[in-house]
Amino acid sequence: MHELAVTESILEIANRHAAAAGATRITDIHITLGKLSSIVDDSVQFYWDIISQSTLAQGATLHFNRVPARMHCNDCGVEFEMLAELSPCPECGSFQLKILSGDEFFLESIEIEKEAGETQ
Amino acid sequence: MSVNRIPVVEKILSANDSIAALNRKRFDETKTFAVNLMASPGAGKTSVILQTIAALTGRLKLGVIEGDTAPVTIDADRVIDAGMPAVQINTGGDCHLDAPMIDSGLKQLPLEELDLLIVENVGNLVCPAAFNLGTHANVLIASIPEGDDKPYKYPAIYRGLDVLIINKIDLLPYVRFNMDYFRTGVEALNPGLTTFAISCTTGEGINAWTDWLVQRSAELKR
Ligand SMILES: Nc1nc2c(ncn2[C@@H]2O[C@H](COP(=O)(O)OP(=O)(O)O)[C@@H](O)[C@H]2O)c(=O)[nH]1
Ligand SMILES: [Mg+2]
Ligand SMILES: [Zn+2]
Repeated sequence: MHELAVTESILEIANRHAAAAGATRITDIHITLGKLSSIVDDSVQFYWDIISQSTLAQGATLHFNRVPARMHCNDCGVEFEMLAELSPCPECGSFQLKILSGDEFFLESIEIEKEAGETQ
Repeated sequence: MSVNRIPVVEKILSANDSIAALNRKRFDETKTFAVNLMASPGAGKTSVILQTIAALTGRLKLGVIEGDTAPVTIDADRVIDAGMPAVQINTGGDCHLDAPMIDSGLKQLPLEELDLLIVENVGNLVCPAAFNLGTHANVLIASIPEGDDKPYKYPAIYRGLDVLIINKIDLLPYVRFNMDYFRTGVEALNPGLTTFAISCTTGEGINAWTDWLVQRSAELKR
């Protein structure tokens, strides 16, 4: 699985932004993950606990914000939330669908600690 | 001590994406039409490449990057035997090729001389879909013995395709494969997808595929 490469990338991005902000520690990492994305968050968490050791991100909690799959029907124009993969338009039964949301995968924000007295 | 929330909003695979963009720039500059060929193990990636070489020799100059999880050069050797330059990339067990691996492979190919580059990705229907290589087209080979339910089980890879090749159609009489069911799944994931049904054994349908390659590589040179 490619979750190791993905987790390494999360760590690199988080540590880079934390270092630039003068952080002493990262406490939380917020990841936005579309429902259509094939990433398995359990295995990201598994790798995370191993590879984040002895970095600013050691012990940080990963939060996965799952974005629902919203589709637009190209035939009847209706917008709907797709609850299961490969479901047709609930109005007209068409499969001619465009993804409006649900394929995102990005690091949204991090929460960090800094030494007191440091300027923002 | 103070706590701060820092907005990041950075795509998780952005490092891969920026190298992919550099790869694409090189393909465009050298006018090399580049194809990312994906499939499960044994679907016929190497067979399609060899058939493509046979059909295009004398018309287009073709190069191949072979991705493999193991340090074997079987596939690359077959391409070189067929008279085209090939490099082997060993992913060290990784389940997919990524853009930096393509970058290193390109250093060993005479890109300026090539009209067409085919990348044989690692045999896998999940992981390669997540990694943009910078190629112009994502192509999947689905083969008849794999069964007709694969679009339903691996939707992500089908969504990102530019071309679908259905290989081993010579086996249709011997295998239970409902073509309508298969195509309904494909159509739901990628409406209007360009599709070629071929057999590497009989040669059926190969010309339609290679004509498409010739046309796309000519468009790049305009
Ligand atoms: N019957 C039949 N066998 C094929 C066809 N294409 C490839 N094969 C066989 O499928 C096996 C795997 O092919 P290969 O090209 O090595 O697949 P790869 O692992 O995707 O590169 C080989 O034994 C091929 O001879 C085809 O169109 N029809
Ligand atoms: Mg092969
Ligand atoms: Zn509709």
